[in-house]
Amino acid sequence: MKHVELIGVSKSFEKQQNVLNEIDLSIEKGEFFVLVGPSGSGKSTLLRMIAGLEDITGGILKISDKTVNHLPPKDRNLSMVFQNYALYPHLTVEQNILFGLHVKKTPKKEQQKRLKETADMMGLTELLKRKPKELSGGQRQRVALARSVVSESPICLMDEPLSNLDAKLRAHMRIEIRRLQKKLGLTMIYVTHDQVEAMTMGDRIMVLNEGKIQQVGKPITLYNKPANLFVASFIGSPKMNMGKAVFSNQQLIIEDKLHLSLDRAEAAGIPKDKNLNIGIRAEHIFPGTHDNTTHELEVINVEQLGNETLITFEIGKELWTAKWLGQWNVHTGDKVAVSISMKNMSFFDADSGLLIKPASAEREQEVVAI
Amino acid sequence: MSEAAIHSEELTALSFEKIKKKQRIISFLKGMLFLMPSIVLFSIFLFYPLVRTIYLSFFLTDASGTPTAFVGLDNFIQMFTSPVFLQSMQSTFLFVHYTVPGTVLIGLFLAVIANEKLKGIGFFRTIFSSTMGISVAAGSVFWLFLFNPTMGWLNQILGFFGMESIGWLTDPNFALISVSVTTIWMNLGFTFLILLGGLQSIDSYLYENADIDGAGYFYKLRRITIPMLSPTLFFVLTVSLINAFQTFGQIDMLTRGGPQNETNLIVYSIYQEAFMNYQYGTASAQAVVLFVIILILTLVQFKLGERKVHYQ
Repeated sequence: MKHVELIGVSKSFEKQQNVLNEIDLSIEKGEFFVLVGPSGSGKSTLLRMIAGLEDITGGILKISDKTVNHLPPKDRNLSMVFQNYALYPHLTVEQNILFGLHVKKTPKKEQQKRLKETADMMGLTELLKRKPKELSGGQRQRVALARSVVSESPICLMDEPLSNLDAKLRAHMRIEIRRLQKKLGLTMIYVTHDQVEAMTMGDRIMVLNEGKIQQVGKPITLYNKPANLFVASFIGSPKMNMGKAVFSNQQLIIEDKLHLSLDRAEAAGIPKDKNLNIGIRAEHIFPGTHDNTTHELEVINVEQLGNETLITFEIGKELWTAKWLGQWNVHTGDKVAVSISMKNMSFFDADSGLLIKPASAEREQEVVAI
Repeated sequence: MSEAAIHSEELTALSFEKIKKKQRIISFLKGMLFLMPSIVLFSIFLFYPLVRTIYLSFFLTDASGTPTAFVGLDNFIQMFTSPVFLQSMQSTFLFVHYTVPGTVLIGLFLAVIANEKLKGIGFFRTIFSSTMGISVAAGSVFWLFLFNPTMGWLNQILGFFGMESIGWLTDPNFALISVSVTTIWMNLGFTFLILLGGLQSIDSYLYENADIDGAGYFYKLRRITIPMLSPTLFFVLTVSLINAFQTFGQIDMLTRGGPQNETNLIVYSIYQEAFMNYQYGTASAQAVVLFVIILILTLVQFKLGERKVHYQ
């Protein structure tokens, strides 16, 4: 069932044309939907338009199959968590949580019941009498969440709620928010610029850049079959290794440096006369063994992460990173053997940026996974 | 050998202390050097006059201000038994009572409406804050014209509605109110500007969050704007109160303390005592009383205010 639906939604400000351009989107009931994009991509504006805090310049917004373009925020039956939490500094945690219920004149008994439930769920029972300035970042975050939970609105909007937390707490809150959403069956629309958050939390992700939808899909689809160069470089960490490629003399030449012998099966369907870009994920540059080594490359940086090793090479003007499982005794300046294969490469049209052919090896993996 | 080692250790510990002490002295002197300009200026123009005023309040002086006879607390006793001074105190408190709430409430109202995001709001903000740029003298002259018994607009408007003319500045029942209105008008620009600044620094997210919850305009005003503005309001209130007690210019321009001493506010009374009657001793005593009143009121305000003010 469609819960939130956008049809040709656009936004332009007086001084800035088309901040958002013809956004078509539908979000299912109970779905965790993530809007991700770099700063200035219009993702927060889109969220604020759904909330009713910004006017919709063009198009139709439907919530539960009703057009709501004209409704003020309070009639859209949703809750929102802001990036800086928007807690009222002069009110206690309890008053902050009950603010919305107080506004709606919910009966006192009901207020106390919901307050107790929510405080128990969020672990805030001990903190109810405190002021926000007496709380830590994580606790404030939980109060903001509690305020949204207590409203019992079926739709919850979140605008970069974790960006003010430190890395450890962020990882923890990711799980907590996800669990809360599943438990309460909320329809969640979550804005972030952090692709790791998007990948780990979302049922579906929409990648937005310069006000245009780049791709909508499941996290794993975005990772395996990025629709264009932008999505390819945006999703995934470390980012996908990119390079200009040309076919010549039965060889694929990348950045004038790497020569790969042509694999006919893989090359099928790829136009030879176009400017091409290839992308290969860090985990697909394998350590070369005795019989599969394709290249010897000079290491320019090594990052030891404990469980895996990130090794950086210079390929023409590009820096490529390989991610190898385990701990590798490699040093800067070493020549190491690697195995690079065409079947792991995604091909993009360099002019339009669009995907021509995704990496075929991953397709096989996906089938295996199902 | 070991004795020597201990000895040298003691020595180093001692010399550390010495060097540290020297460094502390040097840094203190450096600090004083930076403070010197303000210490000198404050001493000449504030601390010395303050001490001198308190000293003079215990003496009678000649016309040039030289103390002639020590009278102890006589100046104060005389002052509090003099009906003129008591009248002046009463007028001052009434004046403060009229102007401070008036200025702050009107200023708050103007600031709240000027805080809306409307086209051309900059024009209104300029107009509302413009009295800040008008000197007391110029403002007083302007109001003198308005208050003029025959040609003044105020009486002309009354006449238009068939009412009798009022001697705005000459009728003892109206003079203090007229001066208060003038003062409110003059102080409005400053109050408005400070309050508007306070309003603009309130995080817009707070209002957006309230919008989503469905709070109405007045609910937001009461539960968000006023509490969030409380530090600014407190500041404005304190400054207005002190200013009101120290009002002088418009009294001198508009009424010269008359009619029947109705508008003889305490600072004007001090001025008259010192520079018209050449009674520096009694003038100083009045100044000391004014200082104590303002000090006590400000302290009380801080004590009471602390509970109501929410600093972020």
